[in-house]
Amino acid sequence: MTRRIVGPFNRVEGDLEVTLDIDAGQVAAAYVNSPLYRGFEQILQGKLPADALVLVPRICGICSVAQSAAAALALADAAGIAPPANGRLSANLTLAAENMADHFTHFYLFFMPDFARAEYKSRRWHHGAAERFRATVGTAVNEVLPGRARFMQAMGLLAGKWPHTLAVQPGGSTRPLQSSEVFRLHRIVREFRAFLESVTFGARLEVIAAISSRGELESWAASGQGGDLRSFLAIAADLDLWRLGRGTDRYMSYGCYDEGGRRLFPAGVWHGAPCALDAALIDEDTSHAWYAATGQAQPPAEGSTLPVAEKEGAYSWCKAPRLGGQVVETGALARQMVAGHPLARDMVARDGGSVAARVVARLLELALVLPAMERWLGELVPGEPWCITAGLADETSGTGLVEAARGSLGHWLTVRRGRIHNYQIIAPTTWNFSPRDSGGQPGALEQALAGLPADPAAPLPAAIHHVVRSFDPCMVCTVH
Amino acid sequence: MNLLWLQSGGCGGCTLSWLGSEQGPLFRLLADEGIEILWHPSLSEACLDDARELIARCADGRESVDVLCVEGSLLRGPRGSGGFHRFGGGARPMIDWIKQIAGRAKHVVAIGSCSAWGGITAAGMNPTDACGLQYDGEMAGGLLGPEFRDPSGLPVINVAGCPPHPDWMTETLAALAHGRLGAAQLDDYGRPRFYADQLVHHGCPRNEYYEFKASAQKHSDQGCLMEHLGCAGTQAHADCNQRLWNGEGSCLRGGYACIRCTEPGFEEPGHAFETTPKVAGIPIGLPADMPKAWFIALAALSKSATPARVRENATADHQLRAPSVKRNKK
Repeated sequence: MTRRIVGPFNRVEGDLEVTLDIDAGQVAAAYVNSPLYRGFEQILQGKLPADALVLVPRICGICSVAQSAAAALALADAAGIAPPANGRLSANLTLAAENMADHFTHFYLFFMPDFARAEYKSRRWHHGAAERFRATVGTAVNEVLPGRARFMQAMGLLAGKWPHTLAVQPGGSTRPLQSSEVFRLHRIVREFRAFLESVTFGARLEVIAAISSRGELESWAASGQGGDLRSFLAIAADLDLWRLGRGTDRYMSYGCYDEGGRRLFPAGVWHGAPCALDAALIDEDTSHAWYAATGQAQPPAEGSTLPVAEKEGAYSWCKAPRLGGQVVETGALARQMVAGHPLARDMVARDGGSVAARVVARLLELALVLPAMERWLGELVPGEPWCITAGLADETSGTGLVEAARGSLGHWLTVRRGRIHNYQIIAPTTWNFSPRDSGGQPGALEQALAGLPADPAAPLPAAIHHVVRSFDPCMVCTVH
Repeated sequence: MNLLWLQSGGCGGCTLSWLGSEQGPLFRLLADEGIEILWHPSLSEACLDDARELIARCADGRESVDVLCVEGSLLRGPRGSGGFHRFGGGARPMIDWIKQIAGRAKHVVAIGSCSAWGGITAAGMNPTDACGLQYDGEMAGGLLGPEFRDPSGLPVINVAGCPPHPDWMTETLAALAHGRLGAAQLDDYGRPRFYADQLVHHGCPRNEYYEFKASAQKHSDQGCLMEHLGCAGTQAHADCNQRLWNGEGSCLRGGYACIRCTEPGFEEPGHAFETTPKVAGIPIGLPADMPKAWFIALAALSKSATPARVRENATADHQLRAPSVKRNKK
């Protein structure tokens, strides 16, 4: 057995290091380490509750609005208020704009460039993939960044700027839109649709959204030409990315995009079959993380964050969240498994969760959410209220659960004497990249890496990079 | 000119802001200005040992670095060890790598308020002992010390902002590439004057409400945010309302206060961010360069002269009264 410490994994948001125990040409065990600690939960203690809206988006430059949305929901829950219809729609649009931009950024800037690696030189698709997807110089990045920047103009209108807005408030949005601004937003969303349909998919979004099985996906790909999704599917078939990087196959989603009484994607858990989510079963274990021992796993509302420099058995700044003691995976695939999208369910039924299934689920969400954004824009009513205000009691608490692009994000707030007494955050990658818990149960990525081919000395196979990045990790959120 | 970009105790939002650049394809723009990215953690292909090897070469001088960009605060804790952030794959704290490379680079640029002053990571109890490259809040010092100068005699160039506008970063780098950024182009805090010699107030679309002190009372109101809702735009150095964000945005255009995120210490304003602190009903933070007595006198006068249209629209989320149409009598 050889132990190998590998890092930094870049093209993930933030810092990541993995320790691999390699035996007989395989990963026998993986230990995932988040090597950066900033202490937002400590920073927030003693602050005025509303100031969380300035602080928490700055946990993360890529999930900034998701962090704002979770804080706004926690504060709204604590105040017992809900935004008026325009405020709710604006919150959906702002979160959707970030989530869609993140899916798009992940595919083109973080994930696909790995196929340009010299390791794949002998593959027949390598030349094309390198020309198209190579980091910073490929044809794709120079085409998609202006397309992305145009789409992010939606943030200029909805939220003033991105990242780090204060427009997302517990009572709605600070940014009332008038009819000509709604029209300009509509043009931005329509242009992004056109971009996706011509460049990413080579098909109408509705065609992609209606694909109901992997078989249908593959025959759709074979029946036409063009679009970067087709290039990915060809690579995925050749490298068998459908059977790479299986995790726990237990999925969780908090649900997102409030459509007035129902959510576009519902909350729930899927493990062989759908079941309800009981958020009271969530706790965090710190047995393998550099935090003061808590005895046993704590529910986040009662959680604490006290870093310690040295601790026996600890190897990460990331805590280990568990749902009823179980490891769950979160993200686009999880959301679509819980929502019951037939393509997601079929992909997992055939070969389990995989690198390919995670990537396809993300692109599928682009096809599902853009049309919803068009619909929400049509439901805005300029002149009707956008924001309500309500005071916050001096002694109160609240919970905010949302879905960031990369999975489930929760904020748990307790207010005492008008100040933040405790503020605990569990981010998507805290779930996916958690260390072991006190029972020795590895986190989702740790499970997905076990069994992969690896050599004690040779460069790490690209497959490991694909598995790591298939989760779309955000390490700055993970530890915060 | 080559560029090495390193991240430490921040959120990565400066890079994400940069990717929103609206000056055409960003990487082509950089190449066209003669800027070559040696390595960037979010954007480059090289990972793991390749990346570590490159960083080691930059640190020991085998690879020369023209510009070192640092994004994120410098974490000195716990107890001075720098252990809150190790560069992945090794035991060495990030602050040691940064110190060493900064000592060799031709120029050092702090990207964002975290690496300029400490920023949000230094808020509250500052659990990680975070600071900036050459400042610790308003105090010169930080990781590299007040005396630090690059080989051309420049201090750390502070492209402050949380995040900075994409063009602030690009324009600073282009100016360095063309040898057009000297001490005369930096303000007292080492910020490029092309954006820091402006106030956020300049070009604010709420200008008419400001003139008449017609103030917003609550979120989503159209009035001026200075009197009640915490806006510091009349004191904050930046051109946010002239050089707009993500198309046609800015904090004010988004309906919320300027929290002076380009200024050292912005993370601890000493009051609720979105509430204006007052003494005897008068805001404590007055506009830059404005004598207090005159401000109070003019505010009282303009309040008494506020047109009904401006007064009514200020506390509504849409226009209640349009400007009247004048007809020339014939």
